[in-house]
Amino acid sequence: MTVDTGDVSVKTKNMSNLIYKYMRPEHLPQIWCPGCGNGIIMRDIAQAIENLGLSRNSTVIVSGIGCSARAAGYMDFNTIHTTHGRAIAFATGIKLANPSLEVIVVTGDGDISAIGGNHLIHAARRNIGLTVVVMNNNIYGMTGGQYSPTTPTGAFGTTAPYGNLDRSFDIAGLAYGAGASYAARGSAYHVQQTTTLIQEGIKHRGFSIIDVASICPTYYGRKNKKGSAVDMLKWQRDNSVTVDQAAKMSQEELKGKLVIGLLHQVNYPEFTYAYDQLIRRLFEEREENE
Amino acid sequence: MGKVVLMQGNEACVEGALVAGMRLFAGYPITPSTEIAEISAVRLPQEGGKFIQMEDEIASMACAIGGSVAGVKSMTATSGPGFSLKQENLGYAALAEIPLVVVDVQRMGPSTGMPTSPSQGDMMMARWGTHGDHPVIALCPSSVKETYDLIIRAFNLSERYRTPVLFMMDEIIGHLREGMELPELEEVEVIDRKTVKYPEPKRLPYHIKKGKLVPEMAPFGMGQRYNMTGLIHDESGFPTNSNEEAEKLIDRLMHKVSDNYADIVKCEQVGMDDADVAIFCYGGTMRAASSAMDEARKAGIKCGIFRPITIWPFPEKELLEAAKHVKRIIVAEHNYGQMVLEVERVVKDACRIDFLGRYNGTVITPDDLLAKIREEK
Repeated sequence: MTVDTGDVSVKTKNMSNLIYKYMRPEHLPQIWCPGCGNGIIMRDIAQAIENLGLSRNSTVIVSGIGCSARAAGYMDFNTIHTTHGRAIAFATGIKLANPSLEVIVVTGDGDISAIGGNHLIHAARRNIGLTVVVMNNNIYGMTGGQYSPTTPTGAFGTTAPYGNLDRSFDIAGLAYGAGASYAARGSAYHVQQTTTLIQEGIKHRGFSIIDVASICPTYYGRKNKKGSAVDMLKWQRDNSVTVDQAAKMSQEELKGKLVIGLLHQVNYPEFTYAYDQLIRRLFEEREENE
Repeated sequence: MGKVVLMQGNEACVEGALVAGMRLFAGYPITPSTEIAEISAVRLPQEGGKFIQMEDEIASMACAIGGSVAGVKSMTATSGPGFSLKQENLGYAALAEIPLVVVDVQRMGPSTGMPTSPSQGDMMMARWGTHGDHPVIALCPSSVKETYDLIIRAFNLSERYRTPVLFMMDEIIGHLREGMELPELEEVEVIDRKTVKYPEPKRLPYHIKKGKLVPEMAPFGMGQRYNMTGLIHDESGFPTNSNEEAEKLIDRLMHKVSDNYADIVKCEQVGMDDADVAIFCYGGTMRAASSAMDEARKAGIKCGIFRPITIWPFPEKELLEAAKHVKRIIVAEHNYGQMVLEVERVVKDACRIDFLGRYNGTVITPDDLLAKIREEK
């Protein structure tokens, strides 16, 4: 089956399988507004998990507070909907207690880069094996459209009635700067690419972040005259450049563009692995001394 | 007889916690609780457990909750300013019913206050610090030995009732060094949470068995997939807007503690059989009270001590009974007047209540108490 939405053509033949395998159908439909990008990104996560063949029982979804956070309740894994901004800190405890679990944090731009910014940079620095998927819609949606740390300068929100004076965060860049060993950017439009980026992020041993440009037609879109959901997805299609293309472009040319792809990956010992090594070393030393 | 050791209160806190089964500690440096983090960092990996220094107090609290959700007994420790920061997630743990122990080695406040000076200024924050109605269990040790024994009890209560337990130390006890006898490990009672033994796909995660108040817990990863949330939820673990369900949940959470008053509430009464005047004290103030009582008795004044070991829930039954048999209760605490409010609430006009508070960073001395005891009116 193919759904035609203008020239945006998305193959959905696996959709129902993913829903019944990885979602909790009794809790659907989700509460997100019509046209919200979060559902697409949630599907990308499910598809990445399907592609990797992860066990639902040993996968944990941790979320914070906000529109993004509702994803945890819809997904049929070990799920925990925590407090605002603290998803990564809760996830750190879960991973530390049981490193064999695959721990995925689903969060939003306000959750991760405003109230939770401290946890993001330190988890990145620590290189603990979490996969963080950011549903980045440039606005606080749940509370009705206030500007967030990723709202562009000059854009409007209910708390930026004269245009946002702040500069916006590049979340993937922030995490990379803080030491994340895997940082990527996807978009709601780029389903295949984003799924692959999430998949590789889960496979990566260490802290990985996939900053996914979502769309919020209800608040961000209306406040900023961005048109319909389809218009907003088309914008993502028409204004995205790959990492390789971006490398050949000037700063001027890159203005207003969405750079999609793997931004950074490096191998560095994962925190819980390093801690297990430490425990092993102490036990061995004790045995030698006895 | 067990081995006799010289130990600091903060050290006893860690050693006792290890005996209770703590295998994860998440913390952040803060005076006067820092030794708890330092000693945990040394001791936990030796026992196969894990220590992590988080980026802040909020994260430490969240991390400890996460550890417990994954099935590992977890603890965090802090002092006043950090205890303020932990409050939101404390409410989360109470609502989502996550066992863990939170240690507060109290120092003088408010704000940064006097970081190295003793205080008992967080007693009401322990009860009311997080928003909304929630159950609280808080314990208060008054010696190094008691710190060791009581932290084990703190873990046991948190595991039995699936609720965070607050361990309200103070700078005096945290930094005190005393000789103490270690218990024989086989004699120590260690309680583990009731867990789901094998996955049952249809099981509701917050299902309450008939006649029970505490749901069995399934550690993440054991195969029982479910949802946990800080939203008001029903037995399914999913959010609900039902007012009936909300009331049912809050009632059950409160009853978990109030219906088990006899198991949870402990207090010590010394010389109360014939006492005319009772000193009400807890934690660090107990030490001055003991000396003052001895001196008072030498001077022919029948003095006794009433000391809550469990401070929340407040030992109101025992206190009211005690108040009926004395003429005066002197409430001695290192704050401007916190637990005295509870004493007044409970005792009412059963006897006279005097207050001796200290909120300048120094401690109440035996002489201060003796002077108060000798006050006629």
